[in-house]
Amino acid sequence: MAVAKSSFKKNKQKSVVLPYFYLLPAFLVMGVITFYPLIYQVIISFTNFESKHLLLGLQSPELEFIGLKNYLDIFTAALPVENFNFFRVLEFNFWWALSNVILHVPAGVLIATLLNTEGLWFKKLYRAAYILPVVVPPLVVATVWTNIFDERYGAMNQLLTSIGTYLGNTAPVYIRWFEDVKPPIPGFLPGAPLTLAYYAMMIANFWLGWPFMSVVATGALQSIPKDLYEAASIDGATGAQQFWGITVPLLRPAMIPAAVYGFTLSFNLFNFVFFMTGGGPARSTELLVTFAYNLVRNLRWYGVAAAFAVIIFGVALVVFLITNRITRATQNYQEA
Amino acid sequence: MAVQNQTQKNIFIRFLNINTSGQTGGRNLPLWRQLLLQLLAIVILVSVMFPIMYIVTLSFSSSEKRPSQLQLIPKEISFIAYERVLDKPTGNPVTFIELLRNSFVLSMGVGVVALGIAVTAAYAFSRFKFKMREVMMILVFIPLLMPAVGLSTPLYLLLNQVQVKQCKDKTTAIQPFTTCEDGSKGKLKFNLRDSLLGVGIAMTASALPFAVWNLKGYLDTIPRELEEAAAIDGADSNQTFWQIVIPLAIPQLAVTFFLGFIGHWQEFVLTWLFLSQPKDYTLAMTLYNMTGQYANSVPWNRFAAMAVIVALPVAIVYVALQKNIVGGLTTGSVKG
Repeated sequence: MAVAKSSFKKNKQKSVVLPYFYLLPAFLVMGVITFYPLIYQVIISFTNFESKHLLLGLQSPELEFIGLKNYLDIFTAALPVENFNFFRVLEFNFWWALSNVILHVPAGVLIATLLNTEGLWFKKLYRAAYILPVVVPPLVVATVWTNIFDERYGAMNQLLTSIGTYLGNTAPVYIRWFEDVKPPIPGFLPGAPLTLAYYAMMIANFWLGWPFMSVVATGALQSIPKDLYEAASIDGATGAQQFWGITVPLLRPAMIPAAVYGFTLSFNLFNFVFFMTGGGPARSTELLVTFAYNLVRNLRWYGVAAAFAVIIFGVALVVFLITNRITRATQNYQEA
Repeated sequence: MAVQNQTQKNIFIRFLNINTSGQTGGRNLPLWRQLLLQLLAIVILVSVMFPIMYIVTLSFSSSEKRPSQLQLIPKEISFIAYERVLDKPTGNPVTFIELLRNSFVLSMGVGVVALGIAVTAAYAFSRFKFKMREVMMILVFIPLLMPAVGLSTPLYLLLNQVQVKQCKDKTTAIQPFTTCEDGSKGKLKFNLRDSLLGVGIAMTASALPFAVWNLKGYLDTIPRELEEAAAIDGADSNQTFWQIVIPLAIPQLAVTFFLGFIGHWQEFVLTWLFLSQPKDYTLAMTLYNMTGQYANSVPWNRFAAMAVIVALPVAIVYVALQKNIVGGLTTGSVKG
């Protein structure tokens, strides 16, 4: 996302207005569908908005402005909801997005590199098969993996049982992936203990996540000029030196925006998490968005949900601004 | 090039770095390395295909029950699930063809409109320098930060206000712009919230960030000289945009459109929240409808057949367009 340098000096007077003209359609649409609802959310976040106010909206006579109460209730865990602690959810949400990207990006790059090997047999077949996870609807992915991790019928426990039998342990493995609240690795993430459900979700989302990164990395690999490698090998650079000295730096401009995009997507990965664990057990895998959905659909606390949506927006905006800075910083690095 | 590999000592390092350059010719790839890489590729292939085969196998089963054993290769080929899904996809009076049409119209409409809006915005961001440029770019990314789930309440209220009613005196009133003269409530003819059009409008906003990002990256790579030449020939900015930039961007427009299309094709959260009439249901909604609260109540073979039907068209197009997608996703970030 390089900053464009306008070269239309001749049209300077015109281009004062023209860019806004080109942006008009986008901002008209977003004004109605994004900004207006966002402002509306901010307003009702200061009220006790409930189901009964839905008909008249802000014109409801008995709608009360209650100041920051909704926000304070969320931050101080004063909501009458079991097992809810905002800061734990927030910490988990960050860790969830981060740990996904940390796994998906290197895996995507390594697999793309593998498939870029010249002379590899069946390359086309592998390339075609490896992108299939991208097109399977998230709902189906979540359903399949929920089945795989099912305690009684699931493939994962069956697999572990057969491995156990092979090692001389005859007792069937019976891991309750989605119910066990005891973290398998105690103290791994202080403040937001990671339950088995988290690890199950990581495995499933790994399956879903790396192919996209691999697609991006493949495109970037193919655009690296081959003479660079020739020149390097003439200078006596080994394969390892070439990988770290040429491939990695030249992949960076493509992979960092992809990683930022992946982080934002994982951060708000509603569909997948909602269907796989629904935030359980004991809200240990709840994301901010799944909890917000819960507040609206099941509890129908629109005011609290609005405050929650505003908080999510604030958090996401901060993350976006920081990552945006990082992305740009890398491009300067490349140009330098 | 083969020489460079022999200088390496450590097998592990060799293994990780084979041919990141893509330089070694096929004849030069040693057999042992070919076999090793094939083994690795096959392991990845199996892990990718595992959940997919699980669903495909289920879809060919004649039993609606939840599978108690892991099966990855169909034991029986029964089309009963497909027949039932095509014949009567839901308990509601809606045919498969109607579901397909709704899904197609919705995804197509949102894709085309979002693309049209995004390309002009991307052009403005790519080619012009103007006040508030940075701020406006961040604003365009807001829908990515604020998922539609978080804005669903105000969106619902907003769209619900637009209703067409048939008044008692046979005139038509379009709320909120006109009301029935006799003050009667009238008979509801059309509710924007409860229509594909309304949901489509709501979905357009969330399609914008990715489209703008992807197109801007590509437009940055189109050489400015072309436009400057056109400007010297007397073309104004609008003419250059329509006659030079758009034709050059067609491949990227197609890729962006298709990637958006996949997302809309699978969307069911907003459709599920807003649409209430079976005649407006989409394929993705039907799929969601089949997954009940409890795993044992899901008609497994029909769910699987539906999953295959929903995923197959996009999978075929994705694999067919693979090269363009791989190139399209990275052009902006790498070559720019």
